[in-house]
Amino acid sequence: MTLVALRGVGKTFSNGTEALRGVDLALGAGEFVSLLGPSGCGKSTALRLIAGLAEPSAGRVEWARRERLGFVFQEPTLMPWRTVLGNVRLPLQVAGIGKSEAAARAEAALAQVGLAGFEASYPRQLSGGMKMRVAIARALVTGPNLLLLDEPFAALDEITRLRLNEDLLGLWASSGLTVAFVTHSVYESVFLSTRILVMAPRPGRIVADIALPEAGPRDEAYRTSAPYNEACRTVSAALKAAMS
Amino acid sequence: MSRAARFLLPTLVGLLFLLGWEILVRANDIPPYLLPGPMAIARAMVEDWPNLWASLLVTLGVTFAALAAAVIGGGGLALIFAQSRWIEASLFPYAIILQVTPIIAIAPLILIYVRDGFLALLICAWIVAFFPVLSNTTLGLRAADHGLLDLMRLAGARRWQILWYLRLPAAMPYFLAGVRIAGGLSLIGAVVAEFTAGTATAGSGLAYRILESGYRLDIPKMYAALALLSVAGIAIYAALALVSWLVLRRWHESEVRQEL
Repeated sequence: MTLVALRGVGKTFSNGTEALRGVDLALGAGEFVSLLGPSGCGKSTALRLIAGLAEPSAGRVEWARRERLGFVFQEPTLMPWRTVLGNVRLPLQVAGIGKSEAAARAEAALAQVGLAGFEASYPRQLSGGMKMRVAIARALVTGPNLLLLDEPFAALDEITRLRLNEDLLGLWASSGLTVAFVTHSVYESVFLSTRILVMAPRPGRIVADIALPEAGPRDEAYRTSAPYNEACRTVSAALKAAMS
Repeated sequence: MSRAARFLLPTLVGLLFLLGWEILVRANDIPPYLLPGPMAIARAMVEDWPNLWASLLVTLGVTFAALAAAVIGGGGLALIFAQSRWIEASLFPYAIILQVTPIIAIAPLILIYVRDGFLALLICAWIVAFFPVLSNTTLGLRAADHGLLDLMRLAGARRWQILWYLRLPAAMPYFLAGVRIAGGLSLIGAVVAEFTAGTATAGSGLAYRILESGYRLDIPKMYAALALLSVAGIAIYAALALVSWLVLRRWHESEVRQEL
């Protein structure tokens, strides 16, 4: 079942930059779809269009029904004056949910991302990886069925990134979420996704739609397995073709 | 540098300066109506204390009223500006004109039109003090992180929720910096207005005491009044710095001590 689809979507900014042209994509329920491409190929713009943070200049965004969205930005984007719990509670507060219920749900979301015990900390006291976990908890707290992530781990070190990759996969597998994930890393996209949309710049467009076969559990061993290497090679070739 | 050294060093410099001053005055037999020594000034302070204290209260009354009006007026106006760029574009130039026109030139007019002495002084001090609060708060309300604005929009936040949860807290450090500047300016504005008013108002603030002592060649009392003004200015600054620290210490870089 298709959750949301972009139909012939184009986006031109007021300064004349054409970020997207003729983009067709559909996100099916339960999929983990990566948008992969170099900087400037419009992958973040596509995600913002899905989220409703920007309006398409051409084409349309179609929803099967109203879905609850969670969005994770490139930066953790936390309020420095709020505690970890206060940050995660914010979307519930805005929705007018009572304080005690909001706190309970925020605590549950923090536990989900492995941050139980840090409720009273302030963002500046946390490491980059932990801040990103708070941002993910905040995106999960409203119980979304579609989670949009815009290069969330790009600024993190390799070790933290691999760890967060695995935890994100765990969340996805256990929750039945649909995930759209923007990245410029071939390896990250292959490790995480069920499907990869390869994008090319100037103007931004989708040039390849690669479904990854189910390859058993995705864990540390998967990173060195033959199917993983094979998929990396396919995706890299598609990306290279897109760039030339 | 340790905390103690930070406090002791300037204190030591001050004491040495006062000692040198006293020695200079005594060694050269300089008469007090030319340059009184620190001891003579201290004596004047003690002898005229009831009179000086009453004047200090008058000046501080004008100062605090002007500061309160600057915080409410500057902050309120900034909130209105934040609602619409049209309003801001229409009114901000006039706020600037009010700010750049020297208060000493406007004060005589205000003193003519406003019959109530206290109110006239208050208006003069307010004109000097409100601008930093207005401009800082306007900047702060606009400085909210764009990602956080997107987040609020995604959460379906209403206008007042964005203001309450995001714009106001984000503007707080800017606002408090403006208030800190306004504190010192309120005192300056009050004193300048008192000087201009001279005996025209019923008030008898410290500026009036300085003028009066000048006419009587009571130079030690002039210095004593001046010293009181300085102490009052320092106290106001310290109090506002404390407020800023109390509000921001948990989260803002300016008040958080970095551990090395």
